Amino acid sequence: MTMPVETPLMQARDLKVHFPIKRGVLKRTVGHVRAVDGISLDIRAGETLSVVGESGCGKTTLGQALVRVLEPTQGSILYAGKGKAPADIAHLTETELRPYRSDIRMIFQDPFASLNPRRRVIDIVGESLRNFGVTDEREVETRVGEILRKVGLRPEYMARYPYAFSGGERQRIGIARALAVHPRLVVADECVSALDVSIQAQTLNLMQDLQEEFDLTYVFISHDLSVVEYISDRVAVMYAGRIVELSESEELFARPRHPYTAALLAAVPRPDPRGARERRRLRLTGEVADPANRPTGCAFHPRCPFATDRCRAEDPQLRAVDGRTVACHYAESLDLKGVNADAA
Amino acid sequence: MHSQTNSQPQSQPLLSIRGLKTHFALREGLIRAVDGVDLDAHAGKTLCIVGESGSGKSMIARSILQIVPPPGRVSDGQMIFARDGRDPVDLAGLDPAGKPIRAVRGRDIAMIFQEPMNSLSPVHTVGDQLMEKILLHHRMSRHEAEERAAHALGRVGIPNPRQRLSTYPFELSGGMRQRVMIAMALACQPALLIADEPTTALDVTTQANILDLMAELQAETRMGMIFITHDLGVVAEIAHEVAVVYLGRVVERGSADAVFYNPQHPYTLALLASIPKLGARRERGQRLHSIKGMVPHPLNRPKGCPFNTRCPEARPGLCDATDPRTLEFETGHFVSCHMRDPAIVTRREEATV
Amino acid sequence: MTVSDATATDSAIPEESLANVGLASQRELVWRKFTEHALALASGVVIILIYLVGIFAEFVAPRSPDFYDSSYTMLAPQQLKFWRTGEDGSTEFGMHVNGFSSQRDPNTLRRVFTLDENVVVPVGLFVKGAPYRLWGLIPSDIHLIGPLDPSQPFYLLGSDRLGRDVLSRLVHGTRVSTSIGLVGVAVSLVLGVILGGISGYFGGWIDNFIQRVIEFIMSVPTIPLWMGLAAAIPVTWSPVLVYFIITMIISLIGWTSLAREVRGRFMSWRNEPFVIAARLDGTSQMTIIGRHLVPGFVSHIIASVTLAIPAMIIAETSLSFLGIGLRPPVVSWGVLLQEAQNIRSLAEAPWLLAPGVLVIITVLALNFLGDGLRDAADPYT
Repeated sequence: MTMPVETPLMQARDLKVHFPIKRGVLKRTVGHVRAVDGISLDIRAGETLSVVGESGCGKTTLGQALVRVLEPTQGSILYAGKGKAPADIAHLTETELRPYRSDIRMIFQDPFASLNPRRRVIDIVGESLRNFGVTDEREVETRVGEILRKVGLRPEYMARYPYAFSGGERQRIGIARALAVHPRLVVADECVSALDVSIQAQTLNLMQDLQEEFDLTYVFISHDLSVVEYISDRVAVMYAGRIVELSESEELFARPRHPYTAALLAAVPRPDPRGARERRRLRLTGEVADPANRPTGCAFHPRCPFATDRCRAEDPQLRAVDGRTVACHYAESLDLKGVNADAA
Repeated sequence: MHSQTNSQPQSQPLLSIRGLKTHFALREGLIRAVDGVDLDAHAGKTLCIVGESGSGKSMIARSILQIVPPPGRVSDGQMIFARDGRDPVDLAGLDPAGKPIRAVRGRDIAMIFQEPMNSLSPVHTVGDQLMEKILLHHRMSRHEAEERAAHALGRVGIPNPRQRLSTYPFELSGGMRQRVMIAMALACQPALLIADEPTTALDVTTQANILDLMAELQAETRMGMIFITHDLGVVAEIAHEVAVVYLGRVVERGSADAVFYNPQHPYTLALLASIPKLGARRERGQRLHSIKGMVPHPLNRPKGCPFNTRCPEARPGLCDATDPRTLEFETGHFVSCHMRDPAIVTRREEATV
Repeated sequence: MTVSDATATDSAIPEESLANVGLASQRELVWRKFTEHALALASGVVIILIYLVGIFAEFVAPRSPDFYDSSYTMLAPQQLKFWRTGEDGSTEFGMHVNGFSSQRDPNTLRRVFTLDENVVVPVGLFVKGAPYRLWGLIPSDIHLIGPLDPSQPFYLLGSDRLGRDVLSRLVHGTRVSTSIGLVGVAVSLVLGVILGGISGYFGGWIDNFIQRVIEFIMSVPTIPLWMGLAAAIPVTWSPVLVYFIITMIISLIGWTSLAREVRGRFMSWRNEPFVIAARLDGTSQMTIIGRHLVPGFVSHIIASVTLAIPAMIIAETSLSFLGIGLRPPVVSWGVLLQEAQNIRSLAEAPWLLAPGVLVIITVLALNFLGDGLRDAADPYT
């Protein structure tokens, strides 16, 4: 896992997505939900970068901004396309974005809502092919059949409608749709969380195999840290619209540097009853910070067991600590438990 | 509270289910949502029912309270509920719309659901709903009921319980709502609490807090708990006893230790192997073990052992033909698998020799 | 690592289980579900029959709506009989109705007609009768049913005070009333889909404006508005023009609810994952609307339209009944009911209420049909 020195596939700089809060008859803007509030992030070609956090931390919004479902309020997204010079896609119009749509793809969370029930599998998977220059219907058919086989579905099923498939099969169709046009970057938003455990394992294996075969880069958005540890090269932990810790997956799980990361890890239930009885868990009290009304100083301070006056007043910036990036005033001095510490 | 020995079941279970069947007669055919289930729930203990979607785990819970949605109904078996100091009743024999079962619901056996917003009325305050619940089953003044409601909210860790009585459910976060649901469920001191995926919609951090809370309340009140989940991690956190269900049958049940550290049924083994474990760092490219295929459609259930279509150990002509017996593998640890049946396995060994 | 092998082992699909499942399209599923709904299906047949009668009114009606015979006023319905006794006493097949014999009332000296069992008026199917032009184009004189001798009395639903055949007038009224429902709904549909679509798709101030207009129209009390508008129609205008204007007036109200439904669907579907997915597939906005949004609610719209027709029919009937809608010589159900507006006709000639019965049947059948279509519109639930 050597660090590539080439330019990152995608560079987000100071990305902000704010949603206005409108009240009253005149729909006046009374404030903003700062769903994503200044995120800078490099996505390296070929890696799996996971984004984790509690619901409401802005991870889904970040993903939607990266694939440009949403237009960021501010900031830039530099994308280095196939043999192209890096271009800022943050504020392009729908028409200008079109060439990038085949490069940057998305896998959705809900395998039911993300497939149009009125269209056959060949139309769903083949839509991007048809839009991106494959005009010959026989070629569409061949290529859809090919990609279906790759995701473990029988090509004969392309004439069927989505209702004939189970959740796991539908998620495979969703993956096939994302991969049909040979993208480089795939943003997967909670793509296995709606699936049963046994199907989840199949899907994760499949995604890894496809990553190798197609040389894909994944941004894997999830709340499930066990899955994240399994699939990621690097992990970004988000809280209240910002990244609080970003590092190599192994190191992050072995020794978290931010109290929030440690608390998240401690809360993950593990299939080990004896361990559960013996583990002393760091419990987070209180509610997730309201992105419309950010606490002063460090947004995590109201829930942090180590918070001091400095945390209440001074907003910690992301900084390098031991080769990772952490936003905590006390990153060096805190001794936080990772997951391997108590693994038998 | 996890330290009690849980291999030895007490003499008299709080709820003893034998041969429970819940069937749905649809036009397309008969769906056996629950198909001959045996379970025991004890006072002061948590029984976790774990299974994938379509396993019938929620239908078991609904069958206990006779709230199976039509056209489904409890068609066979018995469910003996024996609350301390009262005569045992067979819940399976009660009329789903009758008075006796309504007296049991909410008062003796309470239930909480995955999405609290669906079970709370959006137009009434939390306090009103709690008090209504209390007054339905107990004779007391409104003032006393309010007192008790505030106490109930305080007990589930809601700050400023008295002020919270006048808030509406939508003003609360998901975790707080689930706490309110627990408070409502516990308001009448039930002997048994059935929780159907109560933490699935919550964040891990909130989930951990709710699980702690439920364990604490159980230790305090000695109530029995049936906890339904698909998450083996959650099972490990909270269960004393575990029942693994597949296509409406219990394939394995026993103490949490027995099921996690000495699993016998191929399905249990496969489930445990298929979840990514935190801290068990993989090599790059290492694959998760996965169960082949998927849960068959309930209308298309396989003959013989329900798991035989996906089982790596299935023997043709046996597993796909006859139903396996349920055997007590060790004390309190039951397995339904031909390949764990001494009668069959020894015979096979003799044959190969 | 050999990817294809690995994924193949993960592959989940047993060969045999899904042989022919999932090939039915949305349309087939809707139809399948609709046919399960017996009442809706029966209502559909009734509606088709009623519209067929309306379409082929000249052919179905035994007489022209303006035909009158002052000898036969306020006659009770004649019963259609199939067997008659021949001269030799044998019974033979022969459709007929009984004729009348006239007497003079000794007190009032008026001629009164009483049904005479002995007078036989032979009746036939596809008989030659009064000439007409079907839809004003095709000349013919064949009628579905009628007396073999056109000059003989034939009143299956009785006659009115001018001696006109109620059945014939009802059949012609059916054409006018049902077509007003259809045309009115078509106009509402166009207005509703276009304005609702614009409102839901563009949002912003356009949406705000259209919504306020809709709210304003909805808040105006309907009957006075109609009355005002209808009263403003000059008496000198031709009946056809009046018919056209009345249709417009009625559909002016109808489009608002449709527009709201279309807007709601646009709004809620714009952010559906499958629509976002189509956007990410590089599909253009117009194609998304045409291919993903519109087909999704066509079935819902058909259902709402079916439920909107009865309102239109009732509106026309009410206006005409009050005398401010269609005017004679145009015949519609409302115009016909005007005949039954007084106690005397109710008491002496209840058959004049036949149009009312037909209105009820039609409205009920359309409602059942609409309900069935609405249930079928979402075949996945």
